[in-house]
Amino acid sequence: MIWGVIQFPGSCDERDALHACSLTGEARLIWHEERSLDGIDAVVVPGGFSYGDYLRAGAIARFSPAIESVAEFAARGGPVLGICNGFQVLCESRLLPGALLLNQNLRFVCRQVELLDGDERLSIPVKHGEGRYWAPGEVLDEIEAAGQVAYRYAPGDNPNGSARDIAGVANEAGNVLGLMPHPEHAVDPLTGSTDGLKVFERVAGALV
Amino acid sequence: MTVGVAKHRDLGLTDAEYERICELIEREPNDVELAMFSLLWSEHCAYKHSRKLLRRLPTEGERVLMGPGENAGAVDIGAGYAVAFKVESHNHPSAVEPFQGAATGVGGILRDVFALGARPIAVLDSLRFGELDSERSRYLLDGAVRGIGHYGNSIGVPTVGGEIYFEPSYEQNCLVNAMCVGLARSDRMIRSAAAGVGNAVVLMGASTGRDGIGGASVLASAELDEGDEAKRPSVQIGDPFEESKLLECCLELLERGLLVSLQDLGAAGLTSSAAEMASGGGVGIDIDVARVPLREADMEAFEIMISESQERMLAVVEPANVAAVEAICEKWQTGSAAIGVLTDSGRIRVLREGEEAGDIPVAALVDGCPLYDLEPGPPRGWIYGNRRSLEPGVAGGELLLSLLASANVASKRWAFEQYDSIVGSRTVRRPESADAAVLKLPEAGNAIAVAIDGNGRRVACDPRRGTIEAVLECAQNLACVGAAPLGLTNCLNFGNPEKPGPAWQLDEAVSGLAEACSALGVPVVGGNVSLYNEGPEGPIYPTPVVGMVGDLPDPARSAGSSFLRQGDAIAIAGPFAPSLAGAELTKLRGELDAGLPAVEIEAVAAACEAVRDAVREGRVASAHDVSDGGLACAIAESAIGGGLGCRVDLDPLIELRGCSGETALFGEGPGGFLLSGAAAELERLAALTEVAVIGVVGGKAIEIEAGEQSLSAPLAEAKAAWGSLADRAEPA
Repeated sequence: MIWGVIQFPGSCDERDALHACSLTGEARLIWHEERSLDGIDAVVVPGGFSYGDYLRAGAIARFSPAIESVAEFAARGGPVLGICNGFQVLCESRLLPGALLLNQNLRFVCRQVELLDGDERLSIPVKHGEGRYWAPGEVLDEIEAAGQVAYRYAPGDNPNGSARDIAGVANEAGNVLGLMPHPEHAVDPLTGSTDGLKVFERVAGALV
Repeated sequence: MTVGVAKHRDLGLTDAEYERICELIEREPNDVELAMFSLLWSEHCAYKHSRKLLRRLPTEGERVLMGPGENAGAVDIGAGYAVAFKVESHNHPSAVEPFQGAATGVGGILRDVFALGARPIAVLDSLRFGELDSERSRYLLDGAVRGIGHYGNSIGVPTVGGEIYFEPSYEQNCLVNAMCVGLARSDRMIRSAAAGVGNAVVLMGASTGRDGIGGASVLASAELDEGDEAKRPSVQIGDPFEESKLLECCLELLERGLLVSLQDLGAAGLTSSAAEMASGGGVGIDIDVARVPLREADMEAFEIMISESQERMLAVVEPANVAAVEAICEKWQTGSAAIGVLTDSGRIRVLREGEEAGDIPVAALVDGCPLYDLEPGPPRGWIYGNRRSLEPGVAGGELLLSLLASANVASKRWAFEQYDSIVGSRTVRRPESADAAVLKLPEAGNAIAVAIDGNGRRVACDPRRGTIEAVLECAQNLACVGAAPLGLTNCLNFGNPEKPGPAWQLDEAVSGLAEACSALGVPVVGGNVSLYNEGPEGPIYPTPVVGMVGDLPDPARSAGSSFLRQGDAIAIAGPFAPSLAGAELTKLRGELDAGLPAVEIEAVAAACEAVRDAVREGRVASAHDVSDGGLACAIAESAIGGGLGCRVDLDPLIELRGCSGETALFGEGPGGFLLSGAAAELERLAALTEVAVIGVVGGKAIEIEAGEQSLSAPLAEAKAAWGSLADRAEPA
C-alpha cells in the first residue's frame, strides 16, 4: 500500500497527511508539477490553501498537472481522498458533486466535532473558512439515495451550515471521497483522538 | 532654517540628532541618507529610550543558544534541537487598520523565527482593546482576530494560545503582540551577521512596492491622534501565500547549506536588514537599487531602501552558489535577485545603475544614534479613572456569574476558534484546555509548553510588582502543565517615554522584569519595545507582555485545567494571599487605586516547582493558576471545563490569610494553584509549599462557602455566563 500525498505551494497539512498515511502503509509527497503517479496505490489531496486560494478555494489547484493526473487515476478506479482544501479541489474538478461555500457565520472555525458514519460516531476536528457543503436540492436527493453521503455532522455539531449536515461525500463509483473534517489530525490519542485512522482505512479498503 | 532642517523634523529626527548625523558623516546627508537615518534612528529600530534600561535584564543561561541581538532567541531543548522564539508588537498599524496590522504582525514574527533556520511551529497572541461596549473596540477586535487567523491559518502554523484584555485605556491605541515559536536542528541554525567580502547579497521573496514606507517611524514612534486615516498608506499589506513559499524556500536553502547568513526585512526594510547584517559581520555592503524587483515603476532610491513591503528576506550567498539559490527560489515560485555585494569598506553604499545615491558608515547608522536617559516621575496615585459597571448590592451566585461574564474573565473561544490550533500535529493541549499550550516534539523525543501573559491593569497599579506578577503568572501557567521555564521573551508596551509618568512606569517595569527573571533563573533571550502608545486621553496601561517556553519531558504527562473525576479533592496550593487591589471585581465596582501587595518571588518559585513535579509524576488530575476574577472564577473555570460541579469551603484560606470571605472568593494575586486529585496526593505537597484541601468535585452546581459569604450557581448558568463573549464581540 503506497500513498501519494499531493503537495501544492500553499499546502498546510501535507506533512500531517503524510504521517497519517504512513501509519497504514508507505507514503510519499508528490510535487504539484509532477504528472506521474506510477507506483501509487492511493492519493491524498491534503488541506491548506493551494496557490494561496485567493480566487476561490481549490479553483486554481484544479488546473495543476498533478490534479490532471489524479483525475485520470480516479477514472481508472484509483482511490482518492480529499481533505478540506483537497475536498474543495475535488469538487472544483467535478470529481465530486457539490461545492463548498463560505461558512454560514463567515468566520473560520477550528473545533473538534462528532461525525456520523452510519451508526458509528467519530471524533475528528474541522478547521476551515469555506466548508459549507452545498448542492442543488435534487442533487442532494440523488447522492443521498445513492448512498454517496459518506459522513454527516452529528446533530448539533454542524459547524458551518452544511446542507443536510453533510461533512463528506463520495463519487458514484465510491473510489473518490472528500470531507471537510481532518482525519489526519485524529491519529494520535495525545493530540485528540484516533478516529481519523478509520477514514484512511476506508479509502485503503476501496482498493481492489 | 534650512530646507534640510525642516525635512529631518518631518521624518521624526530632532535638531540635535540631525547635527550628530552631520558630524558622523562629516557633511549634510542627502535625501536617501536622511531617510535611512531617520528610520534606523527611530525609537522602533534604535531603542533609544529603552536600550540602557534593557541592560538590567539577565540574558545568560546554560540552555541559551542565541540571545538578544539575533532575529530571535533560541534555547537548547535536547537531542540536538533548539527552540527559537520571540514576541513582537504591531500596535500602531493595528490601531489604524486592524486586519492588515495584525496579519503582518504575525507575518513579521514568523520571518524572525525562520530567519534562524527554525520551522515555525506555533503562534500566540496577546491582544488589548477598549471595552466591548465601544463600536471601535469591536471593530478593532474583529479585524485583529480575522487578520491573525488569515495569516496563521493560511501559512499553516497553529495559533495555540494567547490572551485578550479589554480596558478603557486601550480604546484608541489597541495592542497586538504576536509571539512565534520555531524548531530547528541546533547545528543548522544560522545567524544574521554577514561574512565574506565579495559574497553576494540576495533579496528573496516578494517584490518591493511603496507600501509601508516609513511605517516604523511614522507609526511606531509617535503617538496616535486624530487624523490617523492619513497614515493608512503606511500600513503594510500581508500575503501569507507569498510567505509560505518563502518559508519553505529558505528552509530548503538552509538544509542544502547554500546560505552564509540570513535576515528578514521588517521595519525600515532593506536599510535596516542590510545595516544589521553588515554591522554584525563588521563588513560593508554595496546595494544597487536598480536590481531590486519592483511592483511599482518609478520608485525613488530612498523609497526602495525604506519600503516595508512584506514577505522579503535578505541572504548572503557565496558567488558560486548564487545560481543554485536562484534555482530553488524558482522551484518555490518566489523571487530572488542578487542586489549587492559585501565589501571591506565598513560602509553602506546605495547605487543606482552604478551611480552613487548614498554612502554611510555602517557604524554611524547602527550605533551612532544617541541613547537617552529617561526622566522618570511617578504619577500621583491612580491616573486612569474608574468606571462602575457592577452595582454594589450584587452578591453570591449572581456576583460569580457577573464576573464570569466580564469580558476579561469570560471564555475567549469566540476568538480562538477562528484560529487553526492543530496544524502540524503537535498540539497536545489546545487553547483553554490547559493553562499553557503543550506541543509535542517527536524529533527531540519530548515536548514544550508555551504561554504568554501580561495584565496591564495590575502593572498600572504598581509597575514593578505588576511586572513581577506577569512573569510569575507565566511561570505558573507552565508549572500547571508540568513544564519548567527555559527562556523568556518580552514585549514592553508603554506610553510616551519622554513624559515622566510613562518613563517611570517603564523604568519600574524593567526593574521588576529583571528581578523576577533573576530570581526564577529564567534568561531573557529576546524581545521588543513599543513606546508612544497613547491616545488623546493619555497613555495606555503600562503593558509588559511576557512569553515563556518551558521544557516538558513527556507530552503524555501534562495536566489540563478542568476537573476530571467526580469525588476528587480540590486544593489551593502556593503562597496565594488574595487581595482586592487591582482585581477584576474592583475594576467592575469602579474602585481601582494605585498599589499592589508585595510579592514573595522565591515562595512562588517553590510552589511552581512543587506543582510542576506533581504534574509530571501524574499525582494531580488538574492544575489551574488563580488569576483574573480570583479563586471563585478559577474554580468555576475548572468546573465548567470538566462539566463537573463542586462543593468548596474557603475557610482554611480565610483562616490562613486573615482575609474576608469576599477577598478569598474574588481577590487576586500571584502564587495560587487550584488543584484537583486524590486528597492524599494533594496533601503530600505540604512538604514543599502551602496547601489546603478546600472541597470536592461533583454535582451539577458550583457551591462555595467563604466565611460570611456563600454562593451557589448551577453549572449550566455558569457555563452560559462564561461563554457569553461571542454575542458581545460581534461588530455592528
